[in-house]
Amino acid sequence: MDTFWELFTDYTLRNVALGSALLGIVSGVLGCFAVLRRQGLLGDALSHAALPGIAVAYLLTGSKAPLVLLFGAGVAGWIGTLLIGRIVRDTRISEDSALGIVLSTFFGFGILLLTYISKQNDANQAGLDKYLFGQAATLVASNVITMAILGGVALLVVGILYKEFKLLTFDPAFAASLGFNPHRLGILLTTLIVVAVVIGLQTVGVVLMAAMLVGPAVAARQWTHSLRLMIGLAAFFGAAAGVSGAIISVSDANLPTGPMIILSLTTIVIASLLFAPARGIVWDWGRRRRQRTLALNSAGPGSGLMLPATDPRPSVKKGDEQ
Amino acid sequence: MSTGFVIMLTGVLVASACALLGCFLVLRRMAMMSDAISHSILPGLVGGYFIAQGPNLLVGFLGAAVAGLITITLVEVLKNTGRVGGESAIGIVFPAMFALGTFLVSKYFANVHLDTDAILYGSIEFASFDRLFIGDYDLGPQALWIMGSLCGINLLFVGLFYKELKLATFDAGLAATLGFSPILLHYALMAVVSITTVGAFTAVGAILVVALMIVPAATAYLLTNRLPVMIALAVGFGALAAISGYWLAILLDGSVAGAIATMTGVWFGLVLLFSPTQGLVAKFRRTGQQRTQFAADTLLVHLMQHENTAIAATESQVAHLSSELRWTPPFAETVIGLALRDHLVERQADRLALTSHGRGRAEAALEHHG
Amino acid sequence: MSDVPLSINDLTVAYQEKPVLWDIDLQVPAGVLAAIIGPNGAGKSTLIKATLGLLPAAAGTISMFGKPYRDQRLLVGYVPQRSSVDWDFPTDALDVVMMGTYGQLGWIKRPGKQQREQAMHCLEQVGMADFAHRQISQLSGGQQQRVFLARALAQNAQLYLMDEPFVGVDALTERAIVLLLQELRNQGKTVICVHHDLESAPAYFDWVALLNVRMIAAGPMATTWTTENITRTYGGRMHALSDVAKVSA
Repeated sequence: MDTFWELFTDYTLRNVALGSALLGIVSGVLGCFAVLRRQGLLGDALSHAALPGIAVAYLLTGSKAPLVLLFGAGVAGWIGTLLIGRIVRDTRISEDSALGIVLSTFFGFGILLLTYISKQNDANQAGLDKYLFGQAATLVASNVITMAILGGVALLVVGILYKEFKLLTFDPAFAASLGFNPHRLGILLTTLIVVAVVIGLQTVGVVLMAAMLVGPAVAARQWTHSLRLMIGLAAFFGAAAGVSGAIISVSDANLPTGPMIILSLTTIVIASLLFAPARGIVWDWGRRRRQRTLALNSAGPGSGLMLPATDPRPSVKKGDEQ
Repeated sequence: MSTGFVIMLTGVLVASACALLGCFLVLRRMAMMSDAISHSILPGLVGGYFIAQGPNLLVGFLGAAVAGLITITLVEVLKNTGRVGGESAIGIVFPAMFALGTFLVSKYFANVHLDTDAILYGSIEFASFDRLFIGDYDLGPQALWIMGSLCGINLLFVGLFYKELKLATFDAGLAATLGFSPILLHYALMAVVSITTVGAFTAVGAILVVALMIVPAATAYLLTNRLPVMIALAVGFGALAAISGYWLAILLDGSVAGAIATMTGVWFGLVLLFSPTQGLVAKFRRTGQQRTQFAADTLLVHLMQHENTAIAATESQVAHLSSELRWTPPFAETVIGLALRDHLVERQADRLALTSHGRGRAEAALEHHG
Repeated sequence: MSDVPLSINDLTVAYQEKPVLWDIDLQVPAGVLAAIIGPNGAGKSTLIKATLGLLPAAAGTISMFGKPYRDQRLLVGYVPQRSSVDWDFPTDALDVVMMGTYGQLGWIKRPGKQQREQAMHCLEQVGMADFAHRQISQLSGGQQQRVFLARALAQNAQLYLMDEPFVGVDALTERAIVLLLQELRNQGKTVICVHHDLESAPAYFDWVALLNVRMIAAGPMATTWTTENITRTYGGRMHALSDVAKVSA
């Protein structure tokens, strides 16, 4: 309870909690589209691909200002996305391999540059290093304001183009037939995800960013059948994980913020998968057991009727004809 | 052995061990599983450290391998609930495992040498200093022994189960009907991937294992259609990246692991551009050639389609062709010139007519593509 | 010329450097219920997609009511294959049908009360009003197909292009869909469906285009649906010969 009150009084905790909550909201909202478009791991690839951008931005400008570095990160992440798209479109290499290729080679290049920088000028690498694991604890008010502006713009775009993004995600071919160019809309959506990743780098870092996009969306999907509600819930779950992770890590000096946010988030995901009404796995077990007893009880002579435990979701096969 | 030579040799061994398995991961569209496993190993290592009450190679290995298998199982379980897509399942499981590992490290081993940096970067630079002793006898660098054995294990695995792996990769259904369990094979492959990842990341770090698993295999996939050739090429590209990466690192005075991963990307990029069959340059050039070639075929088919119809007279006029087929007049001229040169069509007043040779080719085009 | 709903001239479509449609000519007159028929791999879906600009044409021209498709989007309704989308998407039937109004709305503008009523009306037409707020994954295959049809109705078009609207639907739905399509035709609209069932084709449709990579024959069902034309369409494809025999028997 003490820590809870410190949210409002303690300067550091307030910044950390606000920053993490912002990240949770932005990545929760954008993650919904990524997950529904089956691009859950795109965020992972993007966040890794952003690393060399940080190093290059520093090498070019000599500045360690977060805005400069994050701009570099965004550009590198964006180039990474375009490369993934190109590889998938123009070669027979599948999407997951393309993700892995961009992720690992960009990241390796980033590490190479970071170590190069540190050898050139010992004192300076410390500032760049923190983007690997994120250091929410070092967030200051100006960082939070930057995050709020970036995230706000991203959310605004989603708000304005909500109808188009929904159509793109559900039925890209139909979208194209109506004149909404799915290719360009897709690039715009990915660009917004890059913004979320850029916000996340400071807070949870490169490695854990994947979960910030996927987790809230997957959890939210279990509770509702409406996209609008799913997006709202994902934002809420993301923010809740962010704030609780921040509080836990502040309560114990040894605990890093990023991993605690992810562990809080994982708890929410597991709870949602198990207990969400309608889609919760636990209720499935219950239903199945009840059906079994029902079937056993009613299995008198002549009553071979048994409700099949059918899956309500029809299996969907994709693209049967070119 | 000089320090540099040991580093390069270690790199080549890591690359070979990874590339052997990587080919199957790339072909089975499971490349990102190696990413997931490489991150998930952390809590396993911590667990091993906890059980052995200190750094113990074998226990650490076991812990990490167990963590790898847990990850794979969790991903499968999540996917099988039908509530989470495959890629989302991966995106949930591995960050959770990594976060758990980081949490355990910071909570219980805050002062111990098990820092996450080493797990990300690896320590191939020190390969020649960490030596394996039996009694007092110095057997040489430990990393060489580990990676050498892993290479051997993977070679044995791929060699023994080559037929089954190939079948399960290209036709899982058939494999199942023939009595090979694709699921069992899947877990066996994943187990070997886990062990290899554990061994490799002590040398090159967690994320760079992914580079060596996937990138050389994908590079090779751009050059050949044959699995044995692909495996050989992948090993070759991995070794090439290891050696060139070492020199790049020397040049820039940076991380060897980072440089090796960078070089896998450079080789991939070069092949992506210049592969004779799949390369972008070749494809671009081919598209240009094929465009004219294909346009000539289109012209012939067009003429044949309208040969005996009432509107044949208008359909085969030169001016009409360029507007109907939506070709620019110069392009239409080029195509018609080509067809005239090859005696596929002949000019009759202001219209074109198929020669018998041209008709043959039009029919062949329809047959061939139909 | 401008009253021809669909006019395709010398269309050639290549897919990954391989041609899949050769020099297609097709003029579909107004007020017909037309089927595009041909064996697997004949390019039926490709033809629909190329017509809508979803696949690029290597050569040839396509016009609808005398103009290219991009100027006539509001006159054209499209029903993609049911299997082309993920039905586990979090939304309900009414919302999917409302997507049919997005074309009229254009960019940014949100659907409002009017669009909602329009969508509801379309759901009524396909007999799905009671399912308006049902999550789409909980609908049967036939119901999902009805939702897709209602979405096309919401487009309020003059020309409808439908890709395999009868695949995976129950007999009752199939009948209902046929009646609906005939009703559309009777209103003077033009409906073109990709169809693969030779047996039902002559009963359902009054116009037909027989396709196998190139256009074999096209015209009114009565004159075009001949054993000779069907054999030419399916000729050489062993698996289809039994179907042909069924038809001519």
